Amino acid sequence: MSQETILIGLAGVLASASPLIFAVIGETLSERAGVINLSMNGTILLAAMGGFAVAYTTDNIVLGFLGGMLIGALVALVVAFASITLQQSQVAVGFVLALTCRDLSYFLGNPYMGLPGPRLQALPIPVLSDIPVIGQLFFRHDVITYISFIAIFLAWLWIFRTRPGLMLQGIGEKPAAAYIRGANVNVMRYVYTIIGGALIGLAGPAFSLATRAGWMGTISGLDGFGWIALSITIFGGWNPVRGALGAYLFAFLQWLGLVLQPVLTQVPSQVLQVAPFPLMILTLLLVNIGNAEWVERTLAAMPESARKIFSKILRAMRTSPPAALGVPFERD
Amino acid sequence: MNVELKNIHKHFGSVHANKGINLNIPTGTIQGILGENGAGKSTLMKILSGFIQPDSGSEVFLDGKPVVMHSPADAIKYGVGMLHQDPLDFPPMKLLDNFLLGLPGGIFPNRKEATQDFSLLAREYGFTFDPENYVDSLTVGERQQLEIMRLLFLGARVFILDEPTTGISAGQKEKLFATLKKFPEQAMTVIFVSHKLEDVESLCDRVAVLRGGELVGETQPPYVTSKLVEMMFGKEITLGERQPVQTGGVVLSMKNVSLEDVRMKVKNVSLDVRAGEVIGLAGMEGSGQGMFIRACSGLMRPVGGRIELKDKDLTGKSYHTFKRAGVNFLPAARLEEGLVPGLNLTEHFILAEEPKGLFIDRMMGQQLAEERIKSFNIRGKPHSTVESLSGGNQQRAELALLQSPLSLVLLEHPTRGLDIESVIYIWSKLKDRCKTDGAAIIFISSDLEEILQYSDRVLVFFNGKVSAPLDAGKTTVEELGQLIGGKGWADKGEAHD
Repeated sequence: MSQETILIGLAGVLASASPLIFAVIGETLSERAGVINLSMNGTILLAAMGGFAVAYTTDNIVLGFLGGMLIGALVALVVAFASITLQQSQVAVGFVLALTCRDLSYFLGNPYMGLPGPRLQALPIPVLSDIPVIGQLFFRHDVITYISFIAIFLAWLWIFRTRPGLMLQGIGEKPAAAYIRGANVNVMRYVYTIIGGALIGLAGPAFSLATRAGWMGTISGLDGFGWIALSITIFGGWNPVRGALGAYLFAFLQWLGLVLQPVLTQVPSQVLQVAPFPLMILTLLLVNIGNAEWVERTLAAMPESARKIFSKILRAMRTSPPAALGVPFERD
Repeated sequence: MNVELKNIHKHFGSVHANKGINLNIPTGTIQGILGENGAGKSTLMKILSGFIQPDSGSEVFLDGKPVVMHSPADAIKYGVGMLHQDPLDFPPMKLLDNFLLGLPGGIFPNRKEATQDFSLLAREYGFTFDPENYVDSLTVGERQQLEIMRLLFLGARVFILDEPTTGISAGQKEKLFATLKKFPEQAMTVIFVSHKLEDVESLCDRVAVLRGGELVGETQPPYVTSKLVEMMFGKEITLGERQPVQTGGVVLSMKNVSLEDVRMKVKNVSLDVRAGEVIGLAGMEGSGQGMFIRACSGLMRPVGGRIELKDKDLTGKSYHTFKRAGVNFLPAARLEEGLVPGLNLTEHFILAEEPKGLFIDRMMGQQLAEERIKSFNIRGKPHSTVESLSGGNQQRAELALLQSPLSLVLLEHPTRGLDIESVIYIWSKLKDRCKTDGAAIIFISSDLEEILQYSDRVLVFFNGKVSAPLDAGKTTVEELGQLIGGKGWADKGEAHD
């Protein structure tokens, strides 16, 4: 393979990961506030179909993206209402929504099957796109991919560097403590669940109007991305940057599967297509190895100096879920 | 700041939790609020800290001005801050983030300035904290200090402390009290809520006693303990004399037992425990006593040595083997490890019984529950879930679940958070059981008075070191305190019984 093909391939990896990135960031915000939005897989499909339908009917691609976000926000509103106001199980509600939204998208999307619709065009950034390698990798994408880059940074900045973000962490960690520090816990949970839902919804048109343009019903190949985004959120430690790296890794593994297919002819092509999923899980498990007890024990046996370095690295890698994830908050 | 409570009433449904409480707390005093569990202390403090609103007609005055506080965040604006029993902080966060969280200011906090504020404040009050450290690496006592700092920074002039000495070591208690004693000089008011008489007596300038939702009396030093107790319970209660030891044969025999986990090594402990004997384990939390008691229960496998129970070698055997041999373990976390939240009392008793057949005999369970509830004086119904019971009643339920016959009872903080009446009741039940079954007791407690009162011999743990067994009748709180703090070990040696 020439350097050129590799660069184009890698740039493609960055672009094709953008829907996953929106979904992961959306879910991260929601879960950081303590609400699991398990409807993600269905939401993405419904938003992909809906976004495509809106863009096709109005011939306005921006409206298509906004439509997808609105669908995501509405589904999230149902999740929020059921779990915060009615205090029902977030898992049960989310799961049912995931199935319902998926089937709804196939049913409602029938009239739009296979229609040639609008597609977001690449928008190379002048000057920057001419930089060798970097320009090719980062600055020859469509708008939605650029937005995905910015979203990673903004989400990270918001959660870890701003006061409201700190409060967001508090709400998901120990709502009672956030409450005594002045937070209106349930209102904020609504807000973050809905914003998170809108971002998850954005993943839909990011597929159907950009990376995998068009609506193909059950053979769109989008079913499953919501679940993988959910696991990337978890293994990404509820950190947008780590989550984004996970999404890129997943997209990279998928690309690798395609590239290797002609080389490894003796391996059935299905294996290469499915391989990214287990490989992903394996990698993420390795990243989170610091949580295991035997690692701690091994560490204890190490000499003082080495142990300090290792435990610092492990501490930085270690993640724990927001302690109040899925737990309703009642004043007193 | 002067705090005045006038005619405070609070109803929860049909329960009248506060019945017209009037209390004036002058500026610069340390006010103690005493009362047994359910006396209405927490309700009153939740009202004062803005957590809940009192019934109409109740009035709160701060420095003479009437105030209505809608939330804890509102209360702190008026200068009222509360330190909760379980510190309301964020364990996985860095100290600095935990400190910053909720402080007013723009979108982007100035971390450098906050670090300076934090360090300055820490120095002023003699605390040592690294702002880049994580909260979950601190002890409960340190987390309290952290909360106090935060409240000070927010401008608290009235400090409410809810049972702050539960779960902290003696040294940390001393430090906490020293800090609190400095507050009155700065015209701050401290309200210290507790059911521990010795704490209230040693710290407070004045004491108000609550019973059944009413203020039953106020006193000032010198305090007469028996009078305080009488006010708390409406009757006189005495701890009773120490019972002389009447020991039988060896129940538990440990020979050169060594234990190891990630943090700690306990080496070569030898000890014989006889029937009817009570062994108290003292030491700072995490000094090795937890490992020791888990080894006795079969939950932790020793790396060396032998553990025998009534001459049967049980070394390396499972928890269930120990349990069949009559060893029962009541861990500190009642709801997490001891009981099953969500199940009611009847179901607990059914679970603890030897199963007969596949199906549940509800009738038998119901009967059993009624019987045990009566004989163990549990305030609850057979269908009450365990989490709905108060701490004291949960502990009674655990005692009612002890198997029979019994050879060794292991308890971790058996009376933590309980009022004196429950403490006395639980110990008398425990000792009765031991007498009738010929069992021995080993228990961990951070309350040295409790250790001296109820045990026959004491083992002190310090950083994995174990003292030789001390005769509880001959040692003192001071001596134990020294050993716990790591002093005076040279002449105590290690346990080779």
